[in-house]
Amino acid sequence: MPADDHATTRPADTLTSAVVRFAGDSGDGMQLAGTQFTDTSAILGNDVATLPDYPAEIRAPAGTVAGVSGFQINFAAQQIFTPGDQVNALVAMNPAAFKAHIDDVEPGGTVIVNDTEFSKTNLKKAGYPTPDGSKEPYNPLDDEAYNLKYKILRVPITKLNQEALKDSGMSPKDVNRCKNMYALGLVYWLYDRPLDTTIRHLTEVFAEKKGRPEVADANIAALKAGYFMGETAELFPVRYRVAPAPIQPGKYRKVTGNEALAMGLVTAAELAKKKLHYCTYPITPASDILHYLAPQKHFGVRTFQAEDEIAAVCAAIGVGFAGQLGVTGTSGPGLALKGEAIGLAVMTELPLVIIDVQRGGPSTGLPTKTEQSDLWQALLGRNGDCPTVVIAPQSPADCFRGAIEACRIALTRMVPVLLLTDGYIANGSEPWRVPKASELEPIEVRHTTANRDRDGAGDASHFLPYTRDANLTRPWAVPGNPGTEHRLGGLEKQNNTGSVSYDPANHQLMTRIRAEKVARVVDLVPDLDVHGDPDGGDLLVLGWGGPFGSIRTAVDQARAEGRSVSAAHLRYLNPMPKNLGDVLKRFDRVLIPELNNGQLRLLIRGRYLCDARGLNKIQGKPFLIEEIAQAIDLMLSGDWGDAEALYPQAGGVDVNAQALGV
Amino acid sequence: MPDTPLPTLKAKDFATDQDVRWCPGCGDYAILMAVQRVCAKIGATRENTVFVSGIGCSSRFPYYMDTYGFHSIHGRAPGFVTGIKIANPDLDVWMVTGDGDGLSIGGNHLMHLLRRNVNVNALLFNNRIYGLTKGQYSPTSEPGKKTKSSPMGSLDFPINPLSLAIAAEASFVARATDKDRILVEVLERAAAHRGASFVEVYQNCNIFNDGAFDFATGKDVREDNVLYLNHGKPMIYGKDSDKGIRLVGCRPEVVTLGEGGVSEDDLLFHDETNKTMAMMLAGLHHPAFPEPMGVLYREERPTYEDQLHAQLGVAVEKRGAGDLDALFNAGDTYEVA
Repeated sequence: MPADDHATTRPADTLTSAVVRFAGDSGDGMQLAGTQFTDTSAILGNDVATLPDYPAEIRAPAGTVAGVSGFQINFAAQQIFTPGDQVNALVAMNPAAFKAHIDDVEPGGTVIVNDTEFSKTNLKKAGYPTPDGSKEPYNPLDDEAYNLKYKILRVPITKLNQEALKDSGMSPKDVNRCKNMYALGLVYWLYDRPLDTTIRHLTEVFAEKKGRPEVADANIAALKAGYFMGETAELFPVRYRVAPAPIQPGKYRKVTGNEALAMGLVTAAELAKKKLHYCTYPITPASDILHYLAPQKHFGVRTFQAEDEIAAVCAAIGVGFAGQLGVTGTSGPGLALKGEAIGLAVMTELPLVIIDVQRGGPSTGLPTKTEQSDLWQALLGRNGDCPTVVIAPQSPADCFRGAIEACRIALTRMVPVLLLTDGYIANGSEPWRVPKASELEPIEVRHTTANRDRDGAGDASHFLPYTRDANLTRPWAVPGNPGTEHRLGGLEKQNNTGSVSYDPANHQLMTRIRAEKVARVVDLVPDLDVHGDPDGGDLLVLGWGGPFGSIRTAVDQARAEGRSVSAAHLRYLNPMPKNLGDVLKRFDRVLIPELNNGQLRLLIRGRYLCDARGLNKIQGKPFLIEEIAQAIDLMLSGDWGDAEALYPQAGGVDVNAQALGV
Repeated sequence: MPDTPLPTLKAKDFATDQDVRWCPGCGDYAILMAVQRVCAKIGATRENTVFVSGIGCSSRFPYYMDTYGFHSIHGRAPGFVTGIKIANPDLDVWMVTGDGDGLSIGGNHLMHLLRRNVNVNALLFNNRIYGLTKGQYSPTSEPGKKTKSSPMGSLDFPINPLSLAIAAEASFVARATDKDRILVEVLERAAAHRGASFVEVYQNCNIFNDGAFDFATGKDVREDNVLYLNHGKPMIYGKDSDKGIRLVGCRPEVVTLGEGGVSEDDLLFHDETNKTMAMMLAGLHHPAFPEPMGVLYREERPTYEDQLHAQLGVAVEKRGAGDLDALFNAGDTYEVA
């Protein structure tokens, strides 16, 4: 194995972390290359975090900037929380990929370009202009400015890959599809990674599952050719090493947020001795949850691909009525469609879990890009006073825990629970410490088995579906059980009996009961943990959802510089932790970074009379650590002025100037 | 097992203590009685029966059945019944909808319920008007109908529920009127059919659209305007049983027996399993034709939930029952010491 051969003639620099990005046409296999690099690094013991970035179009015109697909990996010899700000090494498989990603590379960073693809046609497709009086379009690789700023390595990957596979017997098209593995091999050499994980993967997928060993062989040959090219061609002055990270001992695997969430749902159903029914309609970026769950039929998992978002949530509620675990999953536009039905689940007090993998909005918005702009919709986006529990996992692996918590609350408190993730954590990945099933806490579900014919007088109204326990949870009586026949519906319910009631005082009472019932879930919500100075200080950076990692890293950096900055992260948006108000009071200033226009900020201000300031990035991209670090500087220096919201440097927006020209 | 016979429930045992709130004289009362009779006749139990509805006058139905019931949201009952049947295929599930609920706001869902062949009995009470919102035209209102929302006449061309159901691949399609002697029999057959049974019931709204179906229910005129379908029997109708339906080329025509040498053998014989014939029958409209009542179409086809549960069984056979630790440890795992 080449990877075991460390006797290289060139020196190796040891790094604590590195950020690599693969970019190419959406058909170039960049997601696979990135995933393989991640798996290999995780197995080597690095901490990893990833960020896939792909276009909304499945196959946008080849060679155009719109069709560029990217995959970024941060791998480190220390604990990391984000996919990294600046790219240390970029692989650009064509001019469009170069154009789309070059600005994210750190000055002095390595840029490996597939020189074969920098043809006249492809340069034009990427939108590079042809200078006046020239027949040749501008080629950035010949531009002195780029060559001064970056280490650009021109490797004719397409050609070298063809050369390496000329005896493979494969068609030119199939040969060309292996060039991602050639590029991956090259980057494996650069970062001193072994090839065995990827070789095993290629063998499993192509030789064993698809029965095409020749494809596996060709890909492996391309991978090795790329690796040996790095070894022998002396393109790189140095290669890099990133040692394993000191992470908690145990067994790990890499998971994406959607994958962890799907496993969490399967697990919750098993813990509750219920069957998981996942009722959904395909929507980016939530569809992968369906794809993970559909093959889990041997767990008794029933997936129902409904005709639309509304039918999906209604079926999930029907499942809850029938006594099983009903879950529906969607993204922002789908949540809007489900609103009325969620209101019915609130009114009928049935268990229901709704997953919203948030994306850029409003309307169709930015389907493949991340955003946190459905918080208000989740909390407030229904008719009437209509409270649900809202939970937001903070990282890909945390989606596992979040899904179990959501199901536990829904099933034991008879209440709909909304689980808010986002495109960033849904598609991003990180190591997940594999739990033991036997160590997970069971979910105790109770069903009413009262029997009027046995226990009562045979009176049709004997069973009272709207009586409650101390948590205000009503009994879950399920069709099939004799004696608890009852009728539910969206009309207001009379207290205790559940009969239709238009009584004014009863409506006020029931509205308060529904609110209080959700509020009492707070006894299941852990107190807010302050990372830094629990007794208070100059600044608290309060976050929720995906920005957890960027916030944590920026706060740690500021604290290392001796600043009085702490971080706290809300996983429960409703009800919020009991101690949140007290925590807020202990800090002079509060900064809330969110990937929206200030949704949590308004809630915190309204509920706690806290003059929180926002850092609001609405660009379809996660926060850079640097952006939060700058906001921390501004908050501490007092230069935050009167503005309610700070904007990250790159997104400085002036509506008057840009929209009105004034 | 002691062989004590289970107590048989009577129609009244399916009534709740709730006051029925339909307008006095509404056709829904007769349908409620018929459904309660059918439940008793087929030996249904209260605990295993579920009535699900959407929103509208007809959708109040579940409150009046002493079974499990779910009065859901407008047009979406098909979603709820599908979830219920997937979760528990053993339940007897009835869905009650109307022309507004089932064909307007919920038209999309109805189509998919039928093509999936979920084993439920879908009853569509068609009164050709919006009753609960006090009298606007509905998707089955006749063209030019003057209502509060169409003072100069409705511009909408009406949809035909039976044609829609057949086109949506329903495996059982039937019709009766609220006053019909065959209503109980049609409902009984719908309940017995394994698959999605679609039954349109002509229902009189005596407040906002009174007399809409007089042609099909009026004692004096009914026999001349309605064709009762009997499988394998010639299509004969009329007060004197002297009229029939004959096919000329692909076109149906009304003939009088004995006139021009027309005998019973010249008439169409009803075949419930013939979808082309069913589609033709669904298109017969008063006054040019008698309107067919009874079972237009039926076919045996696996139900959605049976197939779904069969797949679950196959998955367990192939892979063994799911094991969480195996799930957690799938893919590339690695040890950190």
